[in-house]
Amino acid sequence: MLELRNVSFTVGGEKGHDIINDVSLTINDGEFLIITGPNGGGKSTLARLIMGIEQPTGGQILLNGQDITNLSVTERAKFGVGYAFQQPPRFKGLTVRRLLSLAHGSELPEDECCAYLTNVGLCSRDYLNREIDTSLSGGEVKRIEIASLMARELKLAIFDEPEAGIDLWSFAMLVETFKTMSRRKHNSVVIISHQERIMQLADRIAVIANGKLKTLGPKDEVFPQLMSELGENCGFRGGNA
Amino acid sequence: MFDAVQKKLLESIADMSGIPSIGAYNFRVNGEGFARSSTETVTIEPKKDKQGIDIIVKPFSKADNVHIPVIVTESGVDDVVYNDFFIGEGAQVRIVAGCGIHNDGGCDSKHNGIHRFHIGKNAKVTYIEKHYGDGEGTGARILNPVTEVFMDEGAECEMETVQIKGVDSTARTSTATLGKNAKMVITERLMTHGKQYARSDMVINLNGEDASAQIISRSVAKDDSEQIFYPRAVGNCKCRAHVQCDTIIMDSAKVRSIPEIAANHEDAQIVHEAAIGKINNDQLTKLCTLGLSPEEAEEVIIEGFLD
Repeated sequence: MLELRNVSFTVGGEKGHDIINDVSLTINDGEFLIITGPNGGGKSTLARLIMGIEQPTGGQILLNGQDITNLSVTERAKFGVGYAFQQPPRFKGLTVRRLLSLAHGSELPEDECCAYLTNVGLCSRDYLNREIDTSLSGGEVKRIEIASLMARELKLAIFDEPEAGIDLWSFAMLVETFKTMSRRKHNSVVIISHQERIMQLADRIAVIANGKLKTLGPKDEVFPQLMSELGENCGFRGGNA
Repeated sequence: MFDAVQKKLLESIADMSGIPSIGAYNFRVNGEGFARSSTETVTIEPKKDKQGIDIIVKPFSKADNVHIPVIVTESGVDDVVYNDFFIGEGAQVRIVAGCGIHNDGGCDSKHNGIHRFHIGKNAKVTYIEKHYGDGEGTGARILNPVTEVFMDEGAECEMETVQIKGVDSTARTSTATLGKNAKMVITERLMTHGKQYARSDMVINLNGEDASAQIISRSVAKDDSEQIFYPRAVGNCKCRAHVQCDTIIMDSAKVRSIPEIAANHEDAQIVHEAAIGKINNDQLTKLCTLGLSPEEAEEVIIEGFLD
C-alpha cells in the first residue's frame, strides 16, 4: 500500500510556484489506479515524487507503512517501486536484451525477453540485440520501456502515459497486456493516461488538475462524470456545431 | 611458461593465457621474440635487417586466428618493431594483435609497433588490436602504434582498436589507401583516466572507384585525461565515406575531436559526425529506477558505449 500524506512540491523558492499542492492519496494493494487530468496539471510530477526522482517540499510518502520520503531512487527501486518514463532516454550501445536483464535483476533468457517484447507488440528477435539509440523510433523506445517494467516484479508499478506515441494496432495489444500481465506481476499499478480504453481498466480514477487532487473515486462513478464534463466543455460537440 | 603477470596481460589483450594449440602465432616478450609458429597457410618469419616479422598469408587460403601479442613486463624497455602483413589474393584471415605493458619500476616502458598491411585483390582481413597497461611503478606505459594499410581492388579490411585501461600515453597514426571497390571499417574504442594522454591521427585515402570507408570512434575521457582525434577521409574518385566520433566526457578531462572530410571528385560522398557530451542525467535516473546505484549506472552506460 502506498500512502501520500499532504505531499507538496514547489519550485522557485519562497515566491515559488506550486506544482503539487497538498495531495493526499492511498493506493491499495492489488489496486489499479488511473491518474488523469489536463496537461501540465502535475500528474508526471506526482509520479516522479513517488519514484524519488523529485523530492517533495512538504508531506510524506509511505510504502507499506514505511516512510520512504527521504529514500533515494535506487533505494525505492530496491523496495519495489518502478516507473516507466513518459519520454524514456536512449542509450548508445545498450541493447534491448541488456536493459531487460538489468530491469529483471539478472540475465534474462532469450525466450523470456521475447515474451515481454511480444506483449508490447514488438517482434522480439528483431529487437533483442538492437541498441536503444536513435535508430529506434519513439514508439519503439516507448514500448521497450513498458516491457522493461513488465520484466520486474513490483510492489508498485507506475506507467506515465504508456499510450503516447504508440500506433493503434500496438495500443490494442498494450491494453491486453495491462489487463493480464501487469495485474499478475505487479501488486499495485498506477497508470497516468488520457485514454478511455485504459481508464476502463481502472478500479479507481484520480483526477489531478492545477497540482491538486480534484476527484478520486471508483471508475463507475468518476468515468461517466469525466465524459459529461468533456461534453459540456467542448463546443464542437453535439448541437453546438 | 608465462608468469602470473604475463598471463594477466595476455588475458587482457588477447583473451588467452598461453601459447595457442592451433594457428600461426608470434609472441614477443620484453623486446625479444619468445615463441613463433607458422602453419601451412600462414608463414611468420623474423625480419633480417631490423626487429619485427613478416606475416605471409597464402592466396585463396583461410586462417581464423593468427595471434601476435606483445608483452612488456620489465621497466625501461624501449621496443620498436616493424611488422609487415602480406595477405594474398582472395585470402581470408583474422589477426589478433595487442600490447600489454606491466610497469612496476621507475623507468618508462615503451612499445612502438609499426604495422604495414598489403591486402591483395578480394582478400578479407579482420584485425583486432587491444592495448592494456598496469603495474604500480612511477614509470610511464607508452604505446605509439603506426599502421599503414594498402588495399587492392575488392579488398576488405575490418580494423578494431581498443585501449580501455592503463596506458599513460599513446599517439596512434593510421593511414590507409583504398583501391577500386575496396572496403574499410575502422572502429576505435578508447578510455582514458588519471593524467593519461591519447591522440589518434588517421588518414583514409579513397583512390579507387566505389571504394568505401567507415570510421567509428567511441571514447570516454575521465579524470584529468586528454584525448585528441583527428580522422581524415579523402575522396579522390567516386566513393563513399562516413566518419563518426562520439565521446563521453567526465570530471576534468579535455577532448578535441576534429573530423575532416575532403573531396577531390564530384562523385565523392563523404559525411562526418562528431559529438562530445557528458552522461545524460535521464540515463542515470532511468537505470537508478531499475535499482542500480548511480555509480553502477555510470558503469553500465560506459560499458555499453564502449562495447
